[in-house]
Amino acid sequence: MTARTLYDKIWDEHLVATRADGASLLYIDRHLVHEVTSPQAFEGLREAGRPLRRPNTILSVADHNVPTLDREKGIHDETCRLQVEALEANVKAYGVPYLPLLDDRQGIVHVVGPEQGFTLPGTTIVCGDSHTSTHGAFGALAFGIGTSEVEHVMATQTLPQRKSKNLRVRFEGSLPRNLGAKDLALALIGRIGTAGGTGHVMEFSGPAIRALSMEGRMTLCNMSIEGGARSGLVAPDETTFAYLQDRPLAPRDAMWEAALAHWRRLVSDESATFDTEVTLNVASLAPQVTWGTSPQWVTDIAGRVPDPETAASADDRLSMLRALEYMDLRPGTPIEAIDVQAVFIGSCTNGRIEDLREAAVVARGRRVAPGVRVLVVPGSGLVKRQAEAEGLDRIFLEAGFEWRQPGCSMCLGMNDDRLDEGVRCASTSNRNFEGRQGRGSRTHLVSPGMAAAAAVTGHFTDVRRLMEA
Amino acid sequence: MEPFVTLTGVAAPLLRANIDTDLIIPKQFLKTLVRSGLGQHLFSEVRYDAEGRERPDFILNQAPYRAASILLAGPNFGCGSSREHAPWALKDFGIRAVLAPSFADIFYTNCFANGLLPVTLPMAAIETLATVAGPLTVDLPAQQVHGGGHSFPFELEPTRKAVLLEGLDEIKRTEANLADIAAFEARRRQTAPWVEIRVP
Repeated sequence: MTARTLYDKIWDEHLVATRADGASLLYIDRHLVHEVTSPQAFEGLREAGRPLRRPNTILSVADHNVPTLDREKGIHDETCRLQVEALEANVKAYGVPYLPLLDDRQGIVHVVGPEQGFTLPGTTIVCGDSHTSTHGAFGALAFGIGTSEVEHVMATQTLPQRKSKNLRVRFEGSLPRNLGAKDLALALIGRIGTAGGTGHVMEFSGPAIRALSMEGRMTLCNMSIEGGARSGLVAPDETTFAYLQDRPLAPRDAMWEAALAHWRRLVSDESATFDTEVTLNVASLAPQVTWGTSPQWVTDIAGRVPDPETAASADDRLSMLRALEYMDLRPGTPIEAIDVQAVFIGSCTNGRIEDLREAAVVARGRRVAPGVRVLVVPGSGLVKRQAEAEGLDRIFLEAGFEWRQPGCSMCLGMNDDRLDEGVRCASTSNRNFEGRQGRGSRTHLVSPGMAAAAAVTGHFTDVRRLMEA
Repeated sequence: MEPFVTLTGVAAPLLRANIDTDLIIPKQFLKTLVRSGLGQHLFSEVRYDAEGRERPDFILNQAPYRAASILLAGPNFGCGSSREHAPWALKDFGIRAVLAPSFADIFYTNCFANGLLPVTLPMAAIETLATVAGPLTVDLPAQQVHGGGHSFPFELEPTRKAVLLEGLDEIKRTEANLADIAAFEARRRQTAPWVEIRVP
């Protein structure tokens, strides 16, 4: 048999049929549903009088529109409330499992899925959300889809798919202390660009990946889409299995053993060929900070805002000029000289317990810099509970940070958590697009440790200087 | 779905690279429960100022581009969020074809579900077409874009071409394979039983 990549193996295992028109039908094992991209899909089913094929393969939760303060009092914004109510009515009508707003298990879909053991190696997972790539950390083929595809999966449990190309990213060397998966992700996107992975599934490999926790692998796979790839993949190993064992929806007993035997074979064959290979040595990597309005515009903390006059092409120069104008930055400014007025710690990229610990270690015994507002938003109710059990909430509150209830929050500001025009923010989220965190807001993407370092100093600061002093 | 065959119309040049779906339709408009009515909010944050007034320098606020049915754009169009609200907003505005050197994967797929044609052409061709004063024609059966004496062929996967030409319903097409799906499910329950969700 020809050597196959991990992606090839999962693809082959899920190929149902070739449709009359030649499209490959891929079976979908798991479907995550949230309130923003599902109403029109349910409506489509209803209009066509189609049943939902397998309600039990879905896990639904409201996350984008939910308040992170005083949730017990309900949602005061009417449009947000109507969307959450529509989800609740739809999942009830179709018998879809749902985690209610006040349930401890509620949170961001991409935090909740793994936490519940809903995400399993070797499965196919979709969600009407581009950061579905997160679940690839478990060796699942997971990708974001549009609402019409959400409806297609609800109706048929399949999707017509074109096979992607295989891209392998090898991270060589070991990551220096106080650097993490976010730095890997940003450095990679800086190298390949936001379209570098278009048409590909990215498999992450190398010693730096094997050394990463599941949280770190999720952060990295989460950002695959920012590099243009719909899916990221990490082959499952003992770290994966230890994370999954005894999760509520994970298999148990004999079924666990059977699953484990299968999962251990989920690796790319040694002689498998990849269409594209990228290698990054991480041993000398420094903390990453974006300076522009695309995640690819990134440098390290010792760097400076680049000069558009040095751009590779006239088009790049124009894009850079536009970005610097929007970000209100001048070429040559040292990154460490950039002041921030806001800090956001959370999101499906960096809202897990390990991320909060990384921020808390920096915040401990320090105070927020004058004029800076800091929001810490756990990725789920369970993350929040764990953080509180460890006393992280007290560390944050004593540092003058706000401790909120779980949700997508200021990553995209569909709820009240938005930045005002012109406000500059160090954010652990995934996108620094124009207007992403609020009209006219200015986002710099960083790791949780770097976000906390900016919070306590008021400007971008090498977290290693605070931690290793 | 409304079929797409041949389109002749005004083409608006918006030649920026990496136009993301947040820019196409910002988050505050994703709270809708329906697919329609998003055209007025297309490119909202660059099209209107903070008070909601049109910005005269934005291309879609200028004659004749207010009536544009074709958009000319830079590479990696539609990157970022998976929101299908982006093609819904483009279509509701009146755009039926986007011509760009490359597209992000999720946006590209979403277009076909909505009768919107994404045409991949080299940047040089896009730049040439942007200089044409009159309307452009996108001829899907012939896979050609022409206007102002220029003509450029484009590639398109035959399955996707058929979806647009015939305005086909994807779910209906897949339903022809329902027996295959049931057989696959029966097989998978045997070969990978741990994937079945145990209700806790």
